[in-house]
Amino acid sequence: MSVQLNNLTVSYRQHPALHHISGRFTQGSLTAVIGPNGAGKSTLLKGIAGLLPVQGGSKGPDGLPAAALQIDALHQPMAYLPQHSELDHSFPITVHDCVMLGLWGLSGAFGRATPAMRTKVDAALQTVGLQGFERRPVGTLSSGQLQRTLFARLLVQDARLILLDEPFNAVDSKTTAALLALVLQWHREGRTVVAVLHDDAQVRSFFPQTLLLARECIAWGPTAAVLTEANLQRARAMAEAWDETAAVCDIDGSLNGQSFDALLAQRLTESTGA
Amino acid sequence: MDALLTPVWDVVFAPFADYAFMRRALVATLALSLSAAPLGVFLTLRRMSLLGDALSHAVLPGVAIGFMVSGLSLTAMALGGVVAGLMVAAFAGLVSRFTTLKEDASLAAIYLVALALGVTLISGHGTQLDLLHILFGSALGVDREGLLLVAGVSSASVLVLAAMYRGLVLETFDPVFLNAHHKRHGSACSKLLSPWVWHQAFLMLVVVNLVAGFQTLGTLMAVGLMMLPAVSARLWHDTLPAQLMNASTQAAVAGTAGLLLSYHFDTPSGPTIIGCAGVLYFLSLLFAPGGWLPRSWTTRHRVA
Repeated sequence: MSVQLNNLTVSYRQHPALHHISGRFTQGSLTAVIGPNGAGKSTLLKGIAGLLPVQGGSKGPDGLPAAALQIDALHQPMAYLPQHSELDHSFPITVHDCVMLGLWGLSGAFGRATPAMRTKVDAALQTVGLQGFERRPVGTLSSGQLQRTLFARLLVQDARLILLDEPFNAVDSKTTAALLALVLQWHREGRTVVAVLHDDAQVRSFFPQTLLLARECIAWGPTAAVLTEANLQRARAMAEAWDETAAVCDIDGSLNGQSFDALLAQRLTESTGA
Repeated sequence: MDALLTPVWDVVFAPFADYAFMRRALVATLALSLSAAPLGVFLTLRRMSLLGDALSHAVLPGVAIGFMVSGLSLTAMALGGVVAGLMVAAFAGLVSRFTTLKEDASLAAIYLVALALGVTLISGHGTQLDLLHILFGSALGVDREGLLLVAGVSSASVLVLAAMYRGLVLETFDPVFLNAHHKRHGSACSKLLSPWVWHQAFLMLVVVNLVAGFQTLGTLMAVGLMMLPAVSARLWHDTLPAQLMNASTQAAVAGTAGLLLSYHFDTPSGPTIIGCAGVLYFLSLLFAPGGWLPRSWTTRHRVA
């Protein structure tokens, strides 16, 4: 599955959290999304997952209007792993049942849980190193074990497009290595993977593509070309310059009557002068 | 042997063997235990423990209007209660959807208004005794018609809960997952079952159970049989099916014990049943695996 963004804007209550993003997550690509806090990284993933409404769109090459968000082969399964905090940890559900819920797309609300599905779940738990944990309630797991459980659920979902929001947060280095190996395995299998990350070194070593965000797209392309000092500094300055109360901005990027580029230039001189 | 058994028979079985009204009250209470207590477990899991309380108040104006139209007719009052409860639940849902208020806050506001309206309506058109009857119920006054209503509602509600179990678990445990799946690729069938449908169907179950409980326990007490066993059950087990079973069992035990106590000591049945559930709750607080004593013991072991 590939994802095409055309001048995409995602807003919370009419304030754009992210705007004018254009580009493409190609089929089978492995992309890291990085940027300062509040840059709109999670917002982008939520927009793609359909959890937030998206706006925008542009004229396509053939002159016809193109939608802001185009996902091809939408009938194929897509998986979204939200940030660590967005799940009820105290819910009385066992690890096995939690992973089994990943098969919701197959079983639906009323379908039967077949032995084949159980085998699939057991295999996934084996892969993430949680064999023997099947009967444990998720509330008793450490954060690393919980993340392994959620990766097992991603495994059984067997998605062609996988969106990961800070998958290695609050997870020790051993678990990170194991889960990262899974992500790289998905990449080898030709799945499209988009991951929000914070660790620049990790991105440089393992992720071929990078999207650097700071409310808008700073750079998007091969990691080495994106993670330059100039780009990172621009991203930091951009995040600081953003006015939280900005109204929906015009297409040319002027904000509150002030040109965004002028504001940015001012910030940049301030930061180099300091 | 007889010397031992006779008092037990007299205390525990004779009231039910001798009096039809006691048998009907027992069946009604047990039926409610089966259907209402599991709903309470889901309410606590959804962090909506007080929603049952709010809804039980909210059905009051409906019950009152039913009462005004046709006196103490169970059908009319039950129908009024269900309609009022569903309207309040739907209104609260709409408010949380279209304003910045959260659902619990809007429910709190609406149920206070509804309660005031209901009490005003009843006291304006009936005697104090009627008001007491509606607020606190009388399990010992369950007639054949009432029993059929309670049994019918319980049966239907248990079946519906069983059918929607998986969806409700997923929607409670990980709503983001369900939402994302629904938004991007539901099949034609699951497209219809948007996450919102699970929530509303669940609220409907709560409302009909509260209304079914209002004759046996009263509107104020019906919620007690729903919530108290549910809260204590969560202290005993860490898997959901076990918690559901435990809640139903505790509710049944409290219901039976409460009826017997109210028979022998001539106390009002509804409050006595809730009192028994309360005793079970305090025992659970002390002795359940998630309660105070086992937790302090295990901590001591770890320190030593």
